[in-house]
Amino acid sequence: MKALCWEGKGDIQYEEVPDPRIEHERDAIVKVTSCAICGSDLHLYDGFVPGMKKGDVIGHEFMGEVVEVGRGNKKLKVGDRVVVPFTICCGECEQCRRGYFSVCETTNRNKELADKMFGHGTAGLFGYTHLTGGYAGGQAEYVRVPYADVAPVQVPGTLTDEQVLFLGDIFPTGWQAVVQCDIQPTDVVAIWGAGPVGQFCVRSAVLLGARKVIVIDRLPERLTMALAGGADVAINFEDEKVLARLNDLTNGKGPDKCIDAVGLEAHVTGSIDSMMDRAKQAVMLETDRPHVLREMFMACRPAGVVSVPGVYGGLLDKIPFGAVMNKGLTIRTGQTHVNRWADDLLRRIEEGQIDPSFVITHTVALADGPEMYETFRHKRDGCIKVVMKPDGHAHHTGNGHAKVRP
Amino acid sequence: MMTKAIEPVRHAGSRGTAEIMAQGLGLFSIALGAAELLAPRKLARALDIEGQERLLQAYGLREIGTGIGLLMNDRRAPWMWARVAGDVLDLATLGAAMGSSRRREAVALAIGSVAMVTALDIACARALSQDSQHEERWYPDYSDRSGFMRPAEEMRGAAEFETPPEYRASLKTSEELPRTPNAANRTD
Repeated sequence: MKALCWEGKGDIQYEEVPDPRIEHERDAIVKVTSCAICGSDLHLYDGFVPGMKKGDVIGHEFMGEVVEVGRGNKKLKVGDRVVVPFTICCGECEQCRRGYFSVCETTNRNKELADKMFGHGTAGLFGYTHLTGGYAGGQAEYVRVPYADVAPVQVPGTLTDEQVLFLGDIFPTGWQAVVQCDIQPTDVVAIWGAGPVGQFCVRSAVLLGARKVIVIDRLPERLTMALAGGADVAINFEDEKVLARLNDLTNGKGPDKCIDAVGLEAHVTGSIDSMMDRAKQAVMLETDRPHVLREMFMACRPAGVVSVPGVYGGLLDKIPFGAVMNKGLTIRTGQTHVNRWADDLLRRIEEGQIDPSFVITHTVALADGPEMYETFRHKRDGCIKVVMKPDGHAHHTGNGHAKVRP
Repeated sequence: MMTKAIEPVRHAGSRGTAEIMAQGLGLFSIALGAAELLAPRKLARALDIEGQERLLQAYGLREIGTGIGLLMNDRRAPWMWARVAGDVLDLATLGAAMGSSRRREAVALAIGSVAMVTALDIACARALSQDSQHEERWYPDYSDRSGFMRPAEEMRGAAEFETPPEYRASLKTSEELPRTPNAANRTD
């Protein structure tokens, strides 16, 4: 089959790889109908997350049709249409039973490696380094889904791929980021980053009833999309001082809730500290660029909540933890417990509360994936979200660009 | 899909940041250049590269030149890239000294310091270059992409969702706060 493979920093190739096969009785094989490039795939592309090996099949946002099922899998049958969450979970361990699926204690088959990196391993993830199990990813024609009797979400044929695909990651990720802020009707919520996850944070904050939603980015097309989704104020950090503006907007109190939808690759030209971070990254004195975290900790109202859906991978410098401690901030982080939210969000899509396809700006054939990594990486051509079709046909193009191979 | 053009703007935030950094590096360049120009023997002795004092003084002149260039010009990107080129020269010279110097630890420390400054110079040079390239940019208009069937303002609070107990973290809303501090201790 064909798949997108990581061949090194800045090098994704469309390659022939062996077809997946059932390896365990709970497995299923899914024929991918749509997959997407996630912002966190760019961290792998840019070489900031360790544990990748040449030839790894990349990608963790995908959906499709079940074409083969293991003998012990009583949940799925051939022909089922499923969205596959990026977190692989067993459904049986203590963490899964608590609903903390992204820290499943069973599914990371390289747990010892992850223990060394993080103290304790977390769940297995599709296409996301050997630290999280080294499972082949979903930017491919077919995927082996382990523990497929737990996580895959069955979706009705009445909804398009584009409407449900993001149930596997960015929609619940944005939703969880806001839910863990415990939104109150009086809250001012500030969201750093208007990329795909930031866009879903904006809409989740609106749906959950925040009084005022502020979004911070530098790209006008992203800020415009955030405003369309209900953000009340857009701050372009290239034109304005973020902390001063946030204080102006909150009578000097600071936002009650702050969300980091940026992660470890904060834009370098925005501040002196981010340039210092970039320099330290280059000489391996620091792994991540935590400019947004620093800014959030300073901006957040005392006793407020800071939520971090943005991915961080390693060691961070010059964090103003004095501000965190003295202001009594609550920090909530984590990979998304997708299955905790997916059924409820699917219901909301079915009821017409939200249509997640708004975020798609580019729909291309899987073969064009390597080129689209570059486009997405450099935010060219108004690119916010890329959907790829392994069969080479763009069934639906959102309102953005469509590029299809014959 | 519609497209819009941004008016040519000076990005005050990033331009300001990169330029402040460039000015700082300009001052650093002059200070380092002055040290190389005025005290070459001390430096040569510290690195055990005696006999290369003239070379150090030449490097000092180069540092002062790029430093002045950074401070005196509005278009700083070329001068910052000149600093990067100078850094490469410095690293090559220090790398060559590593083989012959008896003070290898000092040379290694110098290489580490120059490498750090080089990385900073590159970050700053790229930022300055990006700013000059992005003064005018076309972007697509996504103002019709709300994701909602109804106007976004009508969707505020439409979720009717109760925060799960383990995620409750909020202060009481201002309406719920007691009117006096003492009232906070009441249990009725």
